[in-house]
Order: sequence, then C-alpha cells, then structure tokens
Amino acid sequence: MSAHATIRIQQADFDIAHEIAALTRGRIDIGAVVSFSGICRGSENGAPIAALTLEHYPGMAEAEIKRHTDEAMSRWPLTGLTVVHRVGRITPGENIVLVLVASAHRQAAFKAAEFLMDYLKANAPFWKREESAAGTNWIEARDHDDAAAARWTKS
Amino acid sequence: MKIKYFAWVRERIGKAEETVEPPADVRTVDELIGWLARRGETYAYAFETPRVIRAAIDHAHVKPDAIISGAREIAFFPPMTGG
Repeated sequence: MSAHATIRIQQADFDIAHEIAALTRGRIDIGAVVSFSGICRGSENGAPIAALTLEHYPGMAEAEIKRHTDEAMSRWPLTGLTVVHRVGRITPGENIVLVLVASAHRQAAFKAAEFLMDYLKANAPFWKREESAAGTNWIEARDHDDAAAARWTKS
Repeated sequence: MKIKYFAWVRERIGKAEETVEPPADVRTVDELIGWLARRGETYAYAFETPRVIRAAIDHAHVKPDAIISGAREIAFFPPMTGG
C-alpha cells in the first residue's frame, strides 16, 4: 500500500494520541512515528501576548500542504503522514499545528518531519496576528524560516 | 478575473476579494500590482512596498514576472507566518 497523507485545517483542537492511533491502527509496516506539535507561546519578541489569530487561504492552504506531503513521500520511504493546522483564535499553551510522519525506520521519519515543518512555515498560506496590551499586530515573517526551507533544495 | 487579499493586504484594502478587468497591457503579476496600486489610497497603501507582496495564481505561488492571462483567481498576501 502506498503512503496516504491526511490533511486537515480546522478551528478545533486536536488530540495527538488520537491522531497517532488513527495513523497506525491495523498497520504492521510502521516502525517509527515522529510527531511535531507547534504550540502558541505566551510571548512574542519578549512581550506577553493574549492570543494569536490564524488566517488562511482556503483551497490554496490544502493544496500547498498536499504539494509538500507529496514531495516528502517522494523523497523518503514513508508509510503515513498526518498534517493538522488550526485556524482562528488560539491562546498561549494551545496547539497550533501537528505533523505526524510514519516510516519503517526512524531516520526517514525524523528527516521528513523537519522538512515538512520548514516548508510549511515558509510556503503554506497562513498568517498569524497577535493580540497584546499594545493592540493587534500581524506577526512578521522571519528570514531564518525562508533559510530553513531553502536548505532542503536539491542542488 | 477574481482577486483575493489576505492578512494586512486585505485589511489595508478593506475587502477580501473582488472581480477586476485590467486592461490588456497589464500582463504580469507586478504590472497588475502597479495597476491595482493606482486604484486609490487604500490600494496604494497595501501595495506601497511591492517587493514584500507575495502572489498566487490559481492556488500556486508565482513570481512577480508571472503572466496573468488565463488566471481564474489571483491572490496577494504578505510573507507567510503559519506553522
């Protein structure tokens, strides 16, 4: 069976244990699952924040994540993938994003998880706005996110 | 063609989407940005620094020199900050 990617964009929180169970249920070809969770911090550049609001481009966001999961599956021998990205208002301590990568062996799963997060941060059409005592502000993109994605480009 | 705006580009223009009919000599994404920027103050403000604006045609990222003819939907937005 070829690997299948589950991609969801949702307001609701996700349960990591539930998502791992759904990915591995009934499977005996999976030897490793790497899980990455992105969590809302309580501060941005040293200043406390009350919440983040995530906006996305419906249609393109799913397409762009699919493009990256396809790329990951073509580069590493993966046996399953799950990407869940939340949108809407998220308060400090809450989950934002989940990437699960399954493979027969750990090396491919670790590498593909890191690749996916680097690419999603730089290329998936999501935008964060922060709420703080100073009002609301769109968070600026960081150059090192583009650099992190660029290091995976084949030369 | 349908144009969509996201994040602070949307806020500055004051709308999320609209349908526009640019003249035939507007051929590329950066020419479309230039044409939109001349539509009024809110557009001029949104597009005041064209090099930071990212664009997508029909849900795929494109460069400023991309040809817009045949596009169903073009989107403009700031650099992405998801994940």
